[in-house]
Amino acid sequence: MKRVALIGMPNTGKSTFFNRATGASARVGNWPGITVDLLGAKLLLAGEMVELVDLPGIYDLHGFSDDEQVVRHFLEKNPVDLVVIILNATQIERQLSLALQIKQLCLPAVLLLNMADEAKKFGISVDAAKMSAALGMPVALLSAKYGNGYQDAHRIIAQSVRSSTPVPPEKLQVLLAADDQIETDMEAVLKNTVQIPVQLSDKLTTRLDSFMLHPWLGLPLFFLIMYLLFQAIFLLGKPLQDGVGWLLEAFRQGALEPALAGLPAALHGLLVDGIYNGVGTVATFVPVIVLFFLFMALVEDSGYLSRAAFLMDALMAKLGLDGRSFVMMLLGFGCNVPALMGTRVMRSRSLRLLTMLVIPFSLCSARLQVFVFITTAIFSPKAAPLVLFSLYLFSFAAAFTTAVLFKNRFQNNEPFILELPPYRFPTWRQMVLRGWHEVRHFLHRASKFIIAGVVLVWLLTHFPQSAAPGGIDTWAGMIGHFMQPLLAPIGIDQHLAIALIFGFVAKEIVVGSLAVIYGLEGNALTGMMAQQLDWVQAYSFMLFTLVYTPCLSTIATIRSESKSVPFTLFAVTFPLGLAWLLSFVFYQAARALGY
Amino acid sequence: MTNVNLETLKPGETGTIAAVHTDRALLHRLAALGFRIGKRVEVIRLGRFSGPLHVRIGATDIMLRRKEAQKIEVQPLAR
Repeated sequence: MKRVALIGMPNTGKSTFFNRATGASARVGNWPGITVDLLGAKLLLAGEMVELVDLPGIYDLHGFSDDEQVVRHFLEKNPVDLVVIILNATQIERQLSLALQIKQLCLPAVLLLNMADEAKKFGISVDAAKMSAALGMPVALLSAKYGNGYQDAHRIIAQSVRSSTPVPPEKLQVLLAADDQIETDMEAVLKNTVQIPVQLSDKLTTRLDSFMLHPWLGLPLFFLIMYLLFQAIFLLGKPLQDGVGWLLEAFRQGALEPALAGLPAALHGLLVDGIYNGVGTVATFVPVIVLFFLFMALVEDSGYLSRAAFLMDALMAKLGLDGRSFVMMLLGFGCNVPALMGTRVMRSRSLRLLTMLVIPFSLCSARLQVFVFITTAIFSPKAAPLVLFSLYLFSFAAAFTTAVLFKNRFQNNEPFILELPPYRFPTWRQMVLRGWHEVRHFLHRASKFIIAGVVLVWLLTHFPQSAAPGGIDTWAGMIGHFMQPLLAPIGIDQHLAIALIFGFVAKEIVVGSLAVIYGLEGNALTGMMAQQLDWVQAYSFMLFTLVYTPCLSTIATIRSESKSVPFTLFAVTFPLGLAWLLSFVFYQAARALGY
Repeated sequence: MTNVNLETLKPGETGTIAAVHTDRALLHRLAALGFRIGKRVEVIRLGRFSGPLHVRIGATDIMLRRKEAQKIEVQPLAR
């Protein structure tokens, strides 16, 4: 099968073109020579199946950023029959260099000038026929967003791919070396083919920026936008999540339980409470991820994400992060899993890893449920809101401290220079496709890990069979007992230790697990807890719950996004250590002060 | 007028890029974004608390940190 590679600079609508050309059929794949995921799809071009691969957006084939390395390594290792170059017609004067670099490599190529509609508005006119002659490759004008010019593009791609022969990758390795000629070639091509008015400015963008990036209004506006976004995801996501939960429960009651009724208790438990609950855990994340990325597409494609980076950069630079890290951290307060997946917008690996390390400290909505339950059980109605607020402060403090501690370990060498693209409104199609791709990615990469983890915790909390499920005689109880020398100094008894083991799977089930552990429900449970725990113990337990592993799905996501087991292990053990230290200092200090 | 570094320009001021004093990697990145000798660059605004610069070259708006801006030498244009 012939292979077509899509190459372009960032913000040229390359992915929009890819999505439109391939529909929802794309899948994430691994390629020889590189460590990041690339989207690829098979499509029918003039009666022939070809494989289209979406390479990362790059400014320069000869540059040194992580993405530029990925593209080079891809071309050096995988034979390519045709390169489709996508450039932004409004910025053709500087972007043309990429096309000339590809030409210099003798790769068969076609050039698509995207955003032809925007260029026209700016008064930029491009003579495609003349440019095609000057460059020696087919050129077509295109508006990927609105779908204008697709037929032309399709036609020249199909024509070129039929007649092309791939360049051996070994030859490319040699050719990727020299590139001094390009500067002069670029001037020559531009001189005769493109006319550009002297002063360019997008009035709407300039006007919007004067509000969005205003010295005083900018930051409050940013926080308002983040708050609205967060509320929207939460308000829309909660009923959807409840709906999925309801469906799963209905299926369990109506079909699964009767069908499996004849099985021995242990096997029944494994299938229903272990595996089926694992599947359920995965399923409840689906609506949040879809929603998150619908809004994320809106923020990113509209151009606001780069503005947020501009506004927060002064503070975040001191932490070794950038403004986009902060956006992901804030969105992590809804749910850590999609926030971790969202770090893919950051192209520097070390920056991404550092951001992935701090996101799990964001107090997500699942942890909030636990804290609301415990604060209402233990604290007075007057104190409860203050207690909750203090936990949010600890959440930020843990994240910032971690960033400062490790900013040298994950040193970000890429200069932080970011384009501020004009404000654009993404199409619905773009937003929906994005959500769909991300969910598939999550299901594909994380589901097995999550289900295995849920089964493991089920085994720990239900075996040996002689013990009451979730009780102190189970393996989990034994681990809790074994860990007492470590847990007693932070005020966590055997019962709470089992809850922490349950909480490893998902914080949503901590409250439910407490009911199982104590064998009580509702008011009886809160009464019992109020009797058994004093406020120092309860607060220490909450601190620990806040900082240690958020949930199995988060770990699965860290693993699939970082593609590094050592990093994942570190991202689990460091928060565990920090959680213990924090609880220890708090618990011992409070006790020493006589509480 | 004598050359200054880009960081010293005030919002609304324009300069012509005279030189870029930096290593190869950053030079490449800057060149690809349009920071080439002889190009006109306008400072649009400065981020608060020593935040980044917002500049415009041709049709492209770019943000860069002050650290990077110090490495770009420009000849200020009279307004």
